[in-house]
Amino acid sequence: MILIVGALILLMLAAAIAALFFKDLINAVIASCMVSLIAAILFYLLQAPDVAMAEASIGAALVSAIFIIAIRRTQRNEE
Amino acid sequence: MRSIISFVLLLIITWGISLSLDRIPFGESKTHVGDYYIEKGREETGASNVVTSVVVNYRGFDTLGEVTVLFVAAIGLSAVLYTRRKKQKGEVEPASLVLTTGCRFLFPLILLFGAYIFIHGHLTPGGGFQGGAIIASAFLLVYMGCRGRRISETGSKTVESLSGLIFLVVGLIGLAVGGRYFLFNFLPKGELNSLFSAGIIPIIYIAIGCKVGSELGGIIDRLVEESG
Repeated sequence: MILIVGALILLMLAAAIAALFFKDLINAVIASCMVSLIAAILFYLLQAPDVAMAEASIGAALVSAIFIIAIRRTQRNEE
Repeated sequence: MRSIISFVLLLIITWGISLSLDRIPFGESKTHVGDYYIEKGREETGASNVVTSVVVNYRGFDTLGEVTVLFVAAIGLSAVLYTRRKKQKGEVEPASLVLTTGCRFLFPLILLFGAYIFIHGHLTPGGGFQGGAIIASAFLLVYMGCRGRRISETGSKTVESLSGLIFLVVGLIGLAVGGRYFLFNFLPKGELNSLFSAGIIPIIYIAIGCKVGSELGGIIDRLVEESG
């Protein structure tokens, strides 16, 4: 159990750092979406299923969609 | 030079915060209110989910505040993004058949799942906010999958206003009947663990679920419309 939680936390940290360093904004949004998803799994494992639901639906789905819509609306010349 | 100074400042701040955190006992309950909720929550509110009994019953007024914050955010977003209706350009590329059919198949199932979560908010984990967010993600799926489809704006506005009104009216009835505080649980508690139990909690949670779902759906609608 503690090994799984530790591995998930490491993965989450890696995704967060990747979100900072990606040059392409869409990739960064996907990485931050991954942070939210892993956070949801962690909340579930730590016996907070209702927080996990809120995190998965708002943090992973809605916020990523809003970011992607905003990026599509603005100019994308970072490549 | 500047980076060294900021690094040293950061170290000092970290040291200060950890010193102050060190004095707080970790993992012990400092107040008795949490123990009280766990011990008495079920019999006092009739909800088998203790989190729900706190969110809707003991701290119902705070929940009204949260719903209001979301409402104000949605209004502000509409005000910022308000543009005169662009005429439909008519050049919306239709999505492929597989995608459209898949979205149409999944949409009612996701709606049902969200409704299940907030109707059973007093029995199982989750509640109005989670169910509403899941319903909003169903709308998001439709906007992304079946392009050019819109949810009727007057319909979502009506649902939103009605559910907010139901929340307030139920709270005021509690105030009038119980005479003690806003959102007094005036309905019979019923049997623990059954669907019709916990008095006003299911009604409030259904109202919150509909309100959050239509508000977040409205935000997504605004953004998708703006991005064209």
